[in-house]
Amino acid sequence: MIKFFLMVNKQGQTRLSRYYEHVEINKRTMLEAEIIKNCLSRSKDQCSFIEYKDFKLVYRQYAALFVVVGINETENEMAVYELIHNFVEVLDKYFSRVSELDVSFSVSEIHLSVSFWCTFQFMLSSWH
Amino acid sequence: MSDVVERTLSVLPGLLGQHDPGVGPGGAGGPGRVSATSRLGSLIRSITALTSKHEEEKLIQQELTSLKATVSAPTTTLRLMKECMVRLIYCEMLGYESSFGYIHAIKLAQQGNLLEKRVGYLAVSLFLHENHELLLLLVNTVVKDLQSTNLVEVCMALTIVSQIFPREMIPAVLPLIEDKLQHSKEIIRRKAVQALYKFYLIAPNQVQHIHDKFRKALCDRDAGVMAASLHIYLQMIKENSSGYKDLTGSFVTILKQVVGGKLPIDFNYHSVPAPWLQIQLLRILGLLGKDDPRTSELMYDVLDESLRRAEINHNITYAILFECVQTIYTIYPKSELLEKAAKCIGKFVLSPKINLKYLGLKALTYVIQQDPNLALQHQMTIIECLDHPDPIIKRETLELLYRITNGQNVIVIVQKMLDYLKESKEEYAIINLVGKIAELAEKYAPDNEWFIQTMNAVFSVGGDVVHPDIPNNFLRLLAEGFDDRKEDDQLRMYAVQSYLALLEEEDALYPQKFLQVMSWVLGEYSSLVTDVDPEVILTKLHSLLKKTVITSETKMWIMAAVTKIASHTSCSKIVDRLIQEFSNSLDTCMRQYAFELKHLCEDKALMRNLLPFDGSCNDMVDASLSFLDGFVAEGLGRGAAPYKPHHQRQEEKLSQEKALNFEPYGLSFVSSVSSSGVTGRQSPTGLSFGSDTSGNSAETGHKETNTLKLEGVRRLWGKEGYLPKKENKVGKENEPQTVSCGSLLGGQVGDPPALRSDQVASLSEEDKEKQQLASTLFIGLGSNAGVSLMGKADTATQKFKRKSKINETQSSEEASDFQNSAASDFGPLLDTVPINMEDCEGDIRTRLRKASLCSSDIVEDNLAFETPQSLKKSGLDDRLPDSRLSQSSLFADSNIEIFQPSQNAQCESASKTPLVPCLSEELEELTHSEVVELCQSDALALYLCKVWTDDSLLLVVFVSNKTTSALNAVNLVFEEAEHFQILESTAYQFPVIEAQNVECCQKRVWMDKICTQGILSGSVNYQSEMETRLEFSITLSLVDFIRPMEMTTEDFGKLWLSLSNDVKQNIRMSSSQDSLPAALSTLQQKLKLHIVDIIGNEGILACQLLPSVPCLLHCRTHSGMLALWFRSPCSALPDGLLYQCQKVMEES
Repeated sequence: MIKFFLMVNKQGQTRLSRYYEHVEINKRTMLEAEIIKNCLSRSKDQCSFIEYKDFKLVYRQYAALFVVVGINETENEMAVYELIHNFVEVLDKYFSRVSELDVSFSVSEIHLSVSFWCTFQFMLSSWH
Repeated sequence: MSDVVERTLSVLPGLLGQHDPGVGPGGAGGPGRVSATSRLGSLIRSITALTSKHEEEKLIQQELTSLKATVSAPTTTLRLMKECMVRLIYCEMLGYESSFGYIHAIKLAQQGNLLEKRVGYLAVSLFLHENHELLLLLVNTVVKDLQSTNLVEVCMALTIVSQIFPREMIPAVLPLIEDKLQHSKEIIRRKAVQALYKFYLIAPNQVQHIHDKFRKALCDRDAGVMAASLHIYLQMIKENSSGYKDLTGSFVTILKQVVGGKLPIDFNYHSVPAPWLQIQLLRILGLLGKDDPRTSELMYDVLDESLRRAEINHNITYAILFECVQTIYTIYPKSELLEKAAKCIGKFVLSPKINLKYLGLKALTYVIQQDPNLALQHQMTIIECLDHPDPIIKRETLELLYRITNGQNVIVIVQKMLDYLKESKEEYAIINLVGKIAELAEKYAPDNEWFIQTMNAVFSVGGDVVHPDIPNNFLRLLAEGFDDRKEDDQLRMYAVQSYLALLEEEDALYPQKFLQVMSWVLGEYSSLVTDVDPEVILTKLHSLLKKTVITSETKMWIMAAVTKIASHTSCSKIVDRLIQEFSNSLDTCMRQYAFELKHLCEDKALMRNLLPFDGSCNDMVDASLSFLDGFVAEGLGRGAAPYKPHHQRQEEKLSQEKALNFEPYGLSFVSSVSSSGVTGRQSPTGLSFGSDTSGNSAETGHKETNTLKLEGVRRLWGKEGYLPKKENKVGKENEPQTVSCGSLLGGQVGDPPALRSDQVASLSEEDKEKQQLASTLFIGLGSNAGVSLMGKADTATQKFKRKSKINETQSSEEASDFQNSAASDFGPLLDTVPINMEDCEGDIRTRLRKASLCSSDIVEDNLAFETPQSLKKSGLDDRLPDSRLSQSSLFADSNIEIFQPSQNAQCESASKTPLVPCLSEELEELTHSEVVELCQSDALALYLCKVWTDDSLLLVVFVSNKTTSALNAVNLVFEEAEHFQILESTAYQFPVIEAQNVECCQKRVWMDKICTQGILSGSVNYQSEMETRLEFSITLSLVDFIRPMEMTTEDFGKLWLSLSNDVKQNIRMSSSQDSLPAALSTLQQKLKLHIVDIIGNEGILACQLLPSVPCLLHCRTHSGMLALWFRSPCSALPDGLLYQCQKVMEES
């Protein structure tokens, strides 16, 4: 099961967060900071899955943006890894050139969260 | 490109941006981009420009203040509100709470036009959580939108329902959502299924009556709807796989079609057809085929096909392959498939791609328990992974090694784990790994020294984060010892010596838990070591006491140790000094200990008596405090009030203060529960009551002190693990901590691994080292499968022990709950109910029988054996095929079988099994089911009969020996079931069953956690030529545990008012029972409810769930509908009963 979905940039700024299990707001910031720290500490030749506390993180890096998904034991990491890519493909099509988005002007993210959400909902249907 | 993209784009009408002023449709940045002039845009820009966290905080606080003013201003338009919401979402995302906006989000969802509503719903789903109180305000909006003619609104409402919805309001929207399942648009149907899935997750009982509709969704012509329904099925099958075996064929067909590319092309992802759907289906198949050869057979072909099709090299196909492999190893094995799966794993593990390697290791870890040979094949890769630079890979490898540990390789594996531990910093990883090491050490330790050293490492590395079970188990092990007295003492002596050595180092800092363990062991067993002066030990303990880093809890442990040691020595300066020092301590506990010690020292004889050597296992505490009974009785005789626990006193105080109590009562058990608890005891009235409650309070007090809790802690190491083996005796000479791979190899005679054959000559030094490591690691695997089999058996028994421990604590907690709630605030009932129950005990019995006479219809097909004996003849024609089904589920679908003449069937079964068991005479008189067959093998056959006694469900299991020789030591063991509680023990042993003979055992069962239907499984094992195991499962229904509850109308009224959990529902009455009395008598007969009274068009009924949780029912008829209103102290019971009522009413 997917626990949360995050988009965080290298500076540690959260661009998008969606929790599927309730987490207190003040704990979220801490959690996000730790997660990005964990992701940044990994090199390219290390694997994209991290064991973190009692769950696992699956992350993918697109330029300066990390997409991180928190999952529990029962999930198939590779499938989630591809799910992330699928989602990014969707964004790419929707915004024509998503790669520039976070670099140039991080404005759209919030709208993303809206569009993302109904998009993701459908994909998630096979997960959550 | 996947369907997802297309669909999303079509669904999204460029929702927000287009209608904002300043952003035209298809504006500069594309459909969703925000203009830089919008408020949100400028907010984000200014935040991005900031450099410090502090500045950000200031800016956001400003923003929030201005937002707060705007949203609460009455002039704010909805359009502006929408914009504010988006900004609030952004602020919350950055971690700044904006709870003032929550209510406005709900309002926006309620009042806005489509776009505004959309944002409102989004905000609600992001802001609120499942149990948020404001969520109730959304229900009305959802209901309204569900009834809207606008598809988008319906969609939005369904979406929000599938995200968050208050559990208790489900009945309000359920019928509306059910209707949507027939909607013409597939998107609506799909979302409706998703919403129902959500309901299933949070309140499974409430959607139980629409299981047929799920089946329809599974067969929907739209693949999306079908896909959505799979989630529900995955969940349901996880909980009860046996109930859905008949769907296996359908799932296989669906998977075949998906794999064959029959789905619309837009389901493809990188030209792989619906990968996530495939994974879902594979999981379902795995669950269905587990331990079931017949069902597994159906899926072999499609699994083969999946493996074949997924040969393209892409991540997503790897994900599918991984799932395939898991499924293949979960279901009943087929050698060809296993071979292919193994090959697949090999490919993964050897891959240079790191993610794939990880996946391969994970698969290998899963598979290795079934097939240890695979580990041998990949041993070199595993060794490489052990030294992999990526710690994640390392950890996964250790996990794998943990699964293949046995008595011969334990030393090397534990060493590897300890190495990893020393590098690791993450707390969670440490706790996890330390637990595993401790488990392995207890189970497989080759000798004393190694065990103690390893445990020392565990305690010092694990520090204070180790699970409390670990030190407890360790100490218990030392205390209880095993069969050999001499061995025990050696182990203890070694422990004492090693701790003394550790304490020798002046500056060493040990974790508190480790110090506690040390001081306990020193206190108990230091006298075993004769060559050390007790004064020396006391000095050490004394110096520990003076350290500031020691917590006061640890100080208590040390003081206890000092006291114990002092009891063995004649006179000690240190002790005197200690007494002096701590008699004035500011710490009260320390002061008390010091005084105790002082007085004990004055009376050595008493002290020795009080603290005998090795007395830790003697149970000296009388937990029931029965010696106080006289005191309590005297107090009661003088007119003192009986003891009430704290919370109860508070409750009473509260209820006295207010005239009306508006507070919900929560989950307290009400009077009738406790009253029966009281009457059930042997010695009547106040006396035993007093001692029970006070005993209870003493017990909790007992727990709070630092004494070891020794009950129910598993004891594993003793018999299974501690088997000194010859090979290890050789290795014993090596200092355990410095064991290197090489030296170990020298001492151990390893099985030559399969791969090693002729390559040895050409190997480099490094490779040789690895080979050596491999041979030590994988010793005892594969070729001598006996070892691994034993390992498996070990885990099985261990699991069982653990579980039973949990259960023990649970039940004891429950018991104390019952006691606590004794004499709760419903005074009058307390007196009346027991009398009532006694009065009509006989009545209940007759009623029960009457009720069950007619119960043939209510039970589902797979419960067919519940048909009472008396119905045997008349019901035979319908029933027999069903009961045969349970024997041979292969023919579950074939009609031929069902129409077979029943007479024949009976003859057949009679001739097959000459040993038809029957109930003993006294049981025969009670209401009971038919005797049905549970399972059989060549030698044994098991039969079951349910007897519905007044106080429990009695399961009578007959074991018949079909062979011509006697069977010895037949063990019948029930597994712990989540929902049921087996009174007394879960196991039963028949010492001997004579040839061609039947023995029976009886188990009383209660329902522990409420469910409408559940499975109790178990197994029989017996010794013939080899150990044989036979598994069976029994389906139990809620109705099995429901008994009528007699009461007067007044009592009903009182109890009704005192109960807080209620459920209401209208049911349509069929024409056959359109009058109230007819409907009620149906309920009475089939559900064993007791009709208390019927007044006009209203009726009241009462029943209880065993042992005695009451449930009251109020019925009213109006225009062909029966309005049911349940109340009970237990929240799940009304749901469950409601479901049964619905079923009964539909069937009649």
